[in-house]
Amino acid sequence: MTTMTIAKAINEGLRATLDSNARTLLMGEDIGALGGVYRVTDGLLAEFGADRVVDTPLAESGIIGTAIGLALRGYLPVCEIQFDGFVFPGFNQITTQLAKMHARSNGNLTVPVVVRIPYGGGIGSIEHHSESPEALFAHTAGLRIITPSNAHDAYWMIQQAVECQDPVIVFEPKRRYWLKGEVDTVSPGASADPFKAHVLREGTDATVVAYGPLVPVALAAAEAAAEDGHSIEVIDLRSISPIDFDTVTASAKKTGRLVVAHEAPTFGGIGGEIAARISERAFLSLEAPVIRVGGFHMPYPVAKVEEDYLPDIDRILEALDRVLAY
Amino acid sequence: MGATHLPSTEFDETAADDQLEAEAEAQVGGPAEPMVQLLTPDGTLGTDPVFSAYADRLDPAKLRGFYADMAKIRRFDVEATALQRQGQLALWVPLTGQEAAQIGSGRASQPQDYIFPTYREHGVALTRNVDLSELLRQFRGVSNGGWNPKDTNFHLYTLVLAAQTPHAVGYAMGIQRDQKLAAAAADGATDRPAEPNAAVVVYFGDGASSEGDVHESMVFASSYNAPVVFFCQNNHWAISVPSSVQTRIPLSNRAKGYGFPGIRVDGNDVIAVHAVTEWALEHAREGKGPVLIEAFTYRVGAHTTADDPTKYRESAEEALWRAKDPLDRLEKYLRAQGLADDAFFEKVKADGDDLAAYVRKTTHDLETPDIRTAFANTYVEAHPLVAEELAWFEEYSSGFANDAEPGSTQPAGAEPDEAATGLAR
Repeated sequence: MTTMTIAKAINEGLRATLDSNARTLLMGEDIGALGGVYRVTDGLLAEFGADRVVDTPLAESGIIGTAIGLALRGYLPVCEIQFDGFVFPGFNQITTQLAKMHARSNGNLTVPVVVRIPYGGGIGSIEHHSESPEALFAHTAGLRIITPSNAHDAYWMIQQAVECQDPVIVFEPKRRYWLKGEVDTVSPGASADPFKAHVLREGTDATVVAYGPLVPVALAAAEAAAEDGHSIEVIDLRSISPIDFDTVTASAKKTGRLVVAHEAPTFGGIGGEIAARISERAFLSLEAPVIRVGGFHMPYPVAKVEEDYLPDIDRILEALDRVLAY
Repeated sequence: MGATHLPSTEFDETAADDQLEAEAEAQVGGPAEPMVQLLTPDGTLGTDPVFSAYADRLDPAKLRGFYADMAKIRRFDVEATALQRQGQLALWVPLTGQEAAQIGSGRASQPQDYIFPTYREHGVALTRNVDLSELLRQFRGVSNGGWNPKDTNFHLYTLVLAAQTPHAVGYAMGIQRDQKLAAAAADGATDRPAEPNAAVVVYFGDGASSEGDVHESMVFASSYNAPVVFFCQNNHWAISVPSSVQTRIPLSNRAKGYGFPGIRVDGNDVIAVHAVTEWALEHAREGKGPVLIEAFTYRVGAHTTADDPTKYRESAEEALWRAKDPLDRLEKYLRAQGLADDAFFEKVKADGDDLAAYVRKTTHDLETPDIRTAFANTYVEAHPLVAEELAWFEEYSSGFANDAEPGSTQPAGAEPDEAATGLAR
């Protein structure tokens, strides 16, 4: 076990995959000498050279598009998108090309491209640097989407993403990049399957499902609820596409009450998808409607008011109060 | 870079605008810029200081082959158009007029090269030995691909304009890395025969040249000196919008801005197209970087079978270009030089009719896939949502077992209904 931050864990995970497979390469803006704006790729250029740690022109469509071409030639590109809000120039390549290549080739072609996107708010940044666009990608068949919430998962998930033969988007919770945790670099243990949800805390009264940056918030809310005598189960979803509905359904059937929390706006979001599926799968076990906690239907607000926008412990507790009192 | 190329406060915008306008006007009706042409419309073979050497490599058999290919693909185009009109294809994208651009460039590629077409490159597909009936799968609505690109190094058609251009550059960047990996592996083991150098050709049109992906891919190609040939068929019309709306300068000039060679070639001159593309591919394979070729040609027919060119262009313009026909001029040359006789041209015609009959037959026989293949091909690895939806679909469709095959929208034994299969005209 080694203690490291999430950023360092991704860095080490990338180093491990570059080390083990000569066909892995990293591409992105400022990922070389600078080591990325969050230093996630720090030191990798010096270690693996400019053919494998590629500082690209400032063009997201070009990054994803050339990564597709490299994948068609047998390479395993890992693209870094600098910030969530800047993925959209590459959105066309991701949704119309990357996601569909395997299907439209009748299974003849694979494009195992990984796209890393730092996402979410809470860092007091300027416009376009705090968004959570995961639902836009989750709606697109052909893509897989995972998001680590701790250093151990971060270390293993990035490697599992590279090994996966499907395109994978890794949403990295940027405000947790400096969150430290224990990493077992020898074995993934319970994290062997990146598409499986984890029950982080067992409870009997209600379930909170969260992912990425809100997992620590959900755990803190459960702790606070415990002081009031409520036993709250907390699930780290880990994978947004596919969603491990079996784990969520089992928990919802056990507790009868479900809250889903994410930073992204609730409308048309992952929480809505979970609510719908759970109402189909566990309707007779539910004691209350599924409540979503998330961002409002507005462009991500200015940093000075993001505290009022982002779900926090109290917002999750308020939702728990509602499902418990229903 | 000379100081005269730098913008300055003395830059005369009015004069520059006048010049641009003059060039734009000139390029719509005819090329004002230097254009490589070896075979004139009247069938006379001219010379070029660089490219005649490439044309000299062509023996009579190759020249006859060019003609046979062009005639074959034109006959195929006629047949496919007819199949669409008869309701056998949902849509067809005719290439007539662009045969020289496609056959000339396609025949310049080597087997190890990789080709990224747009969606009109039926002639290039022919040169890459793609079974032409497989080309029709997409247009019949039985596949979004149709052939396995790994068999021919001819990629699937791409319908999102210019989206394939960065793929081509990435593929070329992969070739560069393969060469380095091979060199490292061969270090000390000289008994292994070296792989021939490869390059990539990517096709797009004058309309797609406005897409950002063309710009981004040219930036990447230039920055990494990627072995890629950008082959732009300027057929003058992006559906109804003339090329003068896409560019005010010859498209080949854009290469200068990226720092690699740009060549305008007479796209109706198969000998010149072949020579220029061969030169460009050698340039790329030798590690000298990308090249932009603008094949100056004309889409004689409609954009697709759903298009009506009489709404937006004069028939006089079409007549002007028919006079520059790529097949006519090569026929004149072959006959004048005594390289082909009536028997040859009759044989070409008969071969074309055979191909048409083959395509007609195979189109009728193209199998409608089972939707289960769509479930199977969405992801490479197992996916629980796909599995769940497939299981639901199986159960749902089993309820219709008495009326139809599971998964079929048709009663068993019934003729496919056009509207139900999405092939309605």
